[in-house]
Amino acid sequence: MLAFIAQRIGKAVIVLLAIVVLNFVLIRMAPGDPALVMAGEAGAGDQIFLAQLREKFGLDQPLPVQLFLYVKGIVSLDLGFSFRQQMPVSKLIVDRLPATLLLTGTAFAISLAFGVLFGTLAARRAGSWTDTAITILALIFYATPLFWVALMAILLFSVTMDWLPSFGYETVGANYTGLAHVLDVGAHLIMPATTIGLFFMATYARMTRASMLEVKRLDFVKTARAKGLREAVIQRRHVLRNALLPVVTLAGLQAGTLVGGAVLTETVFAWPGIGRLMYEALLQRDYNLLLGVFVVCSAMVLAFNLITDLIYRSVDPRIEFAA
Amino acid sequence: MLKQFVMGLAVVGGLSGGALALSATALSSAAFAQEPKAGGVINAVIQPEPPGLMMGIVQNGPTQMVSGNIYEGLLRYGPKLEPLPGLAESWTVSEDGKVYTFKLRKGVTWHDGKPFTSADVAFSIEFLKQTHARARGNLAQLDKVETPDETTVVFTLKQPFGPFIGIFEVGSLPMIPKHVYEGTDFKTNPANNTPIGTGPFMFKEWQKGSFIRLVKNPNYYIKGKPNLDEIYWHVIPDAAARSVAFETGKVDVLPGGSVENFDVPRLSKLKNVCVTGAGWEFFSPHSWLWLNNRSGPTANKKFRQAVMFAIDRNFAKDVIWNGLGKVATGPSASSIKYYTDAVTKYDFDPAKAKALLKEAGYNGEKVRLLPLPYGETWQRWAEAVKQNLQDVGINIEMVATDVPGWNQKTADWDYDIAFTYLYQYGDPALGVGRNYISSQIVKGSPFNNVEGYNNPEIDQLFADGAVAFPDSKRQEIYTKAQKILTDDVPVAWLLELQFPTITRCNVKNLVTTAIGVNDGFRDAWIEK
Repeated sequence: MLAFIAQRIGKAVIVLLAIVVLNFVLIRMAPGDPALVMAGEAGAGDQIFLAQLREKFGLDQPLPVQLFLYVKGIVSLDLGFSFRQQMPVSKLIVDRLPATLLLTGTAFAISLAFGVLFGTLAARRAGSWTDTAITILALIFYATPLFWVALMAILLFSVTMDWLPSFGYETVGANYTGLAHVLDVGAHLIMPATTIGLFFMATYARMTRASMLEVKRLDFVKTARAKGLREAVIQRRHVLRNALLPVVTLAGLQAGTLVGGAVLTETVFAWPGIGRLMYEALLQRDYNLLLGVFVVCSAMVLAFNLITDLIYRSVDPRIEFAA
Repeated sequence: MLKQFVMGLAVVGGLSGGALALSATALSSAAFAQEPKAGGVINAVIQPEPPGLMMGIVQNGPTQMVSGNIYEGLLRYGPKLEPLPGLAESWTVSEDGKVYTFKLRKGVTWHDGKPFTSADVAFSIEFLKQTHARARGNLAQLDKVETPDETTVVFTLKQPFGPFIGIFEVGSLPMIPKHVYEGTDFKTNPANNTPIGTGPFMFKEWQKGSFIRLVKNPNYYIKGKPNLDEIYWHVIPDAAARSVAFETGKVDVLPGGSVENFDVPRLSKLKNVCVTGAGWEFFSPHSWLWLNNRSGPTANKKFRQAVMFAIDRNFAKDVIWNGLGKVATGPSASSIKYYTDAVTKYDFDPAKAKALLKEAGYNGEKVRLLPLPYGETWQRWAEAVKQNLQDVGINIEMVATDVPGWNQKTADWDYDIAFTYLYQYGDPALGVGRNYISSQIVKGSPFNNVEGYNNPEIDQLFADGAVAFPDSKRQEIYTKAQKILTDDVPVAWLLELQFPTITRCNVKNLVTTAIGVNDGFRDAWIEK
């Protein structure tokens, strides 16, 4: 198993380096550079101003030199300096990480728990009105764009009913502490977390349902039933456990994106997370920041892929670690 | 003997600095017929989040909007661009227009308690020459700065420079604390993250991605000011979410441009909501279409004139801008100095446009239109213009970009027609000439003569106008320049823009000068 993990990590490092180089080249192929953007915002940009900015950001160097310096930095775990925010990229990412993890983690928990629950419920009562209702709702949530759900939620729960705050992470200036602070953050969290959660919940529900229905027909389930096991035990121990593999795959993929945040949801709800940081960095051509976010997100995806493989093994002992 | 031209309310009234403060209070009381109340917090929106708050280093709009509360300039400007006392309480100009003497207010301190003196002014000039692109241009005619005593600053120019009295607002020439920056690398000084100014509010906290918090300066030199205790600037990236934040009462102030124009009528109908287009007189944002003068159909003057006749600019004003703003008559906005409307007029006349296109020999070549990627308002405007141009037979192809892409394409002259708007800064020498003189045809920057118009007569007029003296001479020169330009149509002028500032009606005195909310909330107060 250790050899398997070591080999996977080795491959991951190579993939990560390839991602860095590819992203570096791709982002520089996009028109415009941070100096022009910043000069544009200043409403004035003489040649001295632009040259000063480009020199300061190292953009006056040939592209291969810039790439070499960047990769050299990455190897020594230095993500560089944000042109626009005037801060080390790693600090910017670390600062935004708690808000992002809270949002995506909550959404992940909601979607996985309720998705598997509803999927199981639908599969156990396949063909019933419960199954039909869950299937239709899952289809609707799966097909509806997140930003639209977000805007409708704001319209309903903030503007019309005035139940929930429409933006931010906490009530600015209220200085709540203790339980009041937790409740305040919770109130801000409900809408964005549910918005993201609904989509994944729908995905898990559909997948769990389909997978369980497939497993239910297999011989070992019949055997279990013939042995006289209780239905609940059959469903939990034999059907669900075997049906979970595709769900674990999907959960692994979603977990890998947790750090990247959710660009649209964070933007609509003004949630101060990494997704927004990435969105703004893209619009401002803040190369280092954008690449930094990409590197961290890619590393997380690779790490969670590895973890997913390990979980496969524990869910289904028939799977072996093949190098 | 020098004949002194005395300017400024303080000196005209023969008042001291202290008396001036009283006089200003009396004026505002009379004007608003209500006594300001102390206390309260204003929640405002800032978009996009500024990259920094040190005004000497960062000169973008959001930075000025927040830091206009922290920093101050020597002068402020009234709605008619008349200079008003700022950190300078009075000023005189020599008869030959070359020596400007400023008397500074006494008893002004920086937020860290150190006194503000003439040495800070001299230092700020040197600082800004290195870091501030616009200040560098504005100060090109400055020969020397002298500080005979702690409260006197004497600027001597190489030659008279008419716009000089107009370059002292806080965004153009913010005062920088010498004791904090002298001998340091300005751009990396850690103090840039905790800006120190002389302004009515002090920097307190910045949670990136969420809010910026400013608190009242208890030692502000005008007794009783500011009225507010705190200002929170909320960072909300989505325009619809900003509208909702205002609608649900979470924010009280939406500075110009914070929400999409189509939301303005809806928001302005809400209870206790006031809208003003004032506060943009100094910047005078002027919008136009760059018409590439170098090649293609737009290189033909008759084609460019046809574009002017083809566009229904009143429709844009009334429908897309909700009636705010004014149809532009030429290169200068009507709110800046030396404007004239005695120029060739281009009313909406599609028939005339078609005739001109025929004369120009236009035979349906593709013309690329580059909208300004600043949100839905600009997108809709581009669609309206596209339709206008198609209606007269121009074969338009819309080219979509994001902001950096737009910057790149215009800087590289890779377009046929492109939307833009630029500030004019109150004087043709500061904000108009740069768009038409040939020395400003420089590839790589989208803020100069991007259209490539080249006319030696115009070059000479703008060169003469900047240094002519007195004002009557400048008026004569700029009138001539405006006439020539409107005949030549180097660009197709659209509207003099006004960005509506939307507030709760119980927020008083928010917009009092020609730069509106960019001048800080010194005089603002909340009616309880």
